[in-house]
Amino acid sequence: MNRLSILLIIMMSSVSSFADWEVNMPRGVSPTANAAYDLHMLIFYITVVIGIIVFGVMFYSIFHHRKSKGAKPASFHESTTVEIIWTVIPFVILVGMAVPATKTLIMMEDTRDSEITLKVTGYQWMWKYDYVEDNVSFFSKLDNKSNEARQLGSKIDVNKVDNYLLNVDNEVVLPTDTKVRILLTASDVIHAWWVPEITGKKDAIPGYINELWVDIKKPGVYRGQCTELCGKDHGFMPIVVRAVPRQEYVKWVSLNQKNRVADKSE
Amino acid sequence: MSTNIDHIKEEHHHQPSGLMRWITTTNHKDIGSLYLWFSLLMFFIGGFMALIIRAELFQPGLQLVVPGFFNQMTTMHALIMIFGALMPAFVGLANWQLPMMIGAPDMALPRLNNWSFWILPFAFAMLISTLFFESGGPAAGWTLYPPLSLQGGNSMPFVIFSLHLLGASSILGAINVIATILNMRAPGMTLMKMPIFVWTWLITAFLLIAAMPVLAGAITMLLTDRFYGTSFFTAAGGGDPVLFQHIFWFFGHPEVYILILPAFGIISTIIPAFSRKKLFGYDSMVYATASIALLSFIVWAHHMFTVGMPLAGEIFFMFTTMLIAVPTGVKVFNWVATMWKGSMTFETPMLFSLAFIILFTIGGFSGLMLAITPADFQYHDTYFVVAHFHYVLVPGAIFAVIAAVYYWLPKWTGKMYNETLGKVHFWMTTVFVNITFFPMHFVGLAGMPRRIPDYAVQFTDFNMIASVGAFGFGLSQLLFVYILFQTLRQPVTAADKSWEGAEGLEWTLPSPAPYHSFDTPPKVD
Ligand SMILES: [Cu+2]
Repeated sequence: MNRLSILLIIMMSSVSSFADWEVNMPRGVSPTANAAYDLHMLIFYITVVIGIIVFGVMFYSIFHHRKSKGAKPASFHESTTVEIIWTVIPFVILVGMAVPATKTLIMMEDTRDSEITLKVTGYQWMWKYDYVEDNVSFFSKLDNKSNEARQLGSKIDVNKVDNYLLNVDNEVVLPTDTKVRILLTASDVIHAWWVPEITGKKDAIPGYINELWVDIKKPGVYRGQCTELCGKDHGFMPIVVRAVPRQEYVKWVSLNQKNRVADKSE
Repeated sequence: MSTNIDHIKEEHHHQPSGLMRWITTTNHKDIGSLYLWFSLLMFFIGGFMALIIRAELFQPGLQLVVPGFFNQMTTMHALIMIFGALMPAFVGLANWQLPMMIGAPDMALPRLNNWSFWILPFAFAMLISTLFFESGGPAAGWTLYPPLSLQGGNSMPFVIFSLHLLGASSILGAINVIATILNMRAPGMTLMKMPIFVWTWLITAFLLIAAMPVLAGAITMLLTDRFYGTSFFTAAGGGDPVLFQHIFWFFGHPEVYILILPAFGIISTIIPAFSRKKLFGYDSMVYATASIALLSFIVWAHHMFTVGMPLAGEIFFMFTTMLIAVPTGVKVFNWVATMWKGSMTFETPMLFSLAFIILFTIGGFSGLMLAITPADFQYHDTYFVVAHFHYVLVPGAIFAVIAAVYYWLPKWTGKMYNETLGKVHFWMTTVFVNITFFPMHFVGLAGMPRRIPDYAVQFTDFNMIASVGAFGFGLSQLLFVYILFQTLRQPVTAADKSWEGAEGLEWTLPSPAPYHSFDTPPKVD
């Protein structure tokens, strides 16, 4: 079973050779997601090394200290020195993990100096987005194709639906290379907003306003989902963020100011 | 004194037979058996629900159930496995073993013992009956987070009442365990000479007494929010939904250790027996268990890093959670040191214990990863978490229970199970448990949220593998039931001391152990 950990390393290091067999966290496109990825890999490698050492000793013992090989039991059964050593060493390793983790955490929670603010409100079962400074506002829910295909007994092959369950009617558009503050709240029950490649998740809670920040470095379309159980359609309220260069974003804002709000209020 | 004992012995002959024997019994062995059979039944009911979940998740798209029912299955699966399968299993083992291990005739409070058990069937009948309500069973997850749980149908008050009953049962059981251990030890058995399983159960019992009333408080507040117009947890009325999570996890984290500390005790008993060598670092094992129990009260918010706590809170809970790795590490190192230079054999209980150490440690590693707050923002509420807690609960806690059953079965019944079948059971279980839960790490890291009935197509392959594994795991447990019945049908042949390296007072008794374990207390030096 020590093979398991080796298998894990092999699979993790050859991620690219599997297309749909994705086994690891995606590398991020914003500082917070990147930092989370780096920490994840750091802790993972540390645990792999510890695992190899501990299981290695254990398997050595299992193969060599067995009765069928004529092993006679030794009589030692305590040693304060040894106990102190294997209390202190893990503690030191933990301090070594805690330092970068704390630094990253402080960086993640620092939402100062953001340039634009996006307010996200969770509803059963859709998201509402308000661009606070730019006066754009709209709802975003699962696109129709996925919604039809996901019904029980729909007879639609979901493999043929584009981005099945990860597509929405109205995408969130955000500028790249801009620090965006995201405010999260909810109108009914608790939801959580998560787009793995651009940020870790945070809960959207009625009566609370939580904060996140992102600074997307690469244009592209990033997909995520609600990650706090919010009722029967919890699995069907995806998030799609389209990151575009600053000028394009400005254009998008001018096209969408108010008219989308008008759309919805009709 | 001796006339008194004779009088008690006399009474055996008047005990009712048939069903009434089991309903009225105050004997620790009878009650232990009731707990264990009940736990096995719940294990299969909860397992059946898991298979419904895995069948639906075999491929993307909805094929079998509607999302609302899926949520009822995940909720009920968790409640039944935690409160119905695991906790009663450990209480059953405590009932059977504690009096025998400390040289007592029975538990300290036999009538209370009867009552603690007989609450359970009523509580679970009520809990499971909600699935047949028109509005269905509970569907807000076993964590019952408001405001979602407040939206639930008519099942809610029934679920809360049954949880109250289960809590009462656990508290009564815990009181009994503490009273037994503190008052009924054989002369000469000081606290630091107690078998390690007794120690872990003593600490677990204190955790139960501290944690269960907190759960009762939280769910009572839910009840009044729903039916009596209070607003503890509803923002619209000035309440705080996050308050519930704090209270719930203040119960919930110690609860996790309630499920694992007795398992540690079992492993610490079995590893030395089959290594033919004393447990390494008995004292440090006791201190490590106590430290884990104390730490369990100051780490709760690591279950809710994403609710938006202040930075200082996040850092505090990250550090305390990481600290748990120290005493847990000490335990693993001590087990390995116990095996080191031992003279090992690999009968079924030992195999399950070895698998426990490795697979529980893998669950511990993912636990350490989850403790790192910035990384947890990615892991939280994904299948990575599902993989983590199933690794510590299935090849962790459940493997320990199975190991304990194989280990003590000859003592309980006087009959030896079939070793070959036991090994087949072990290998099937171990292979399938990994096929089921290991791929969940992958889909979790790749971004699949938990508690969803349907998923994006890129998660298909690993979900299929996990589903195949789950059905294999379920089938393997039928073999376990077969082995149990096959053993029970045999004639009594087991030796008093069934295992060469086994130590402890229970092995000085005949097999099967007499009805009132020790009529006269043995002397321990
Ligand atoms: Cu949601």
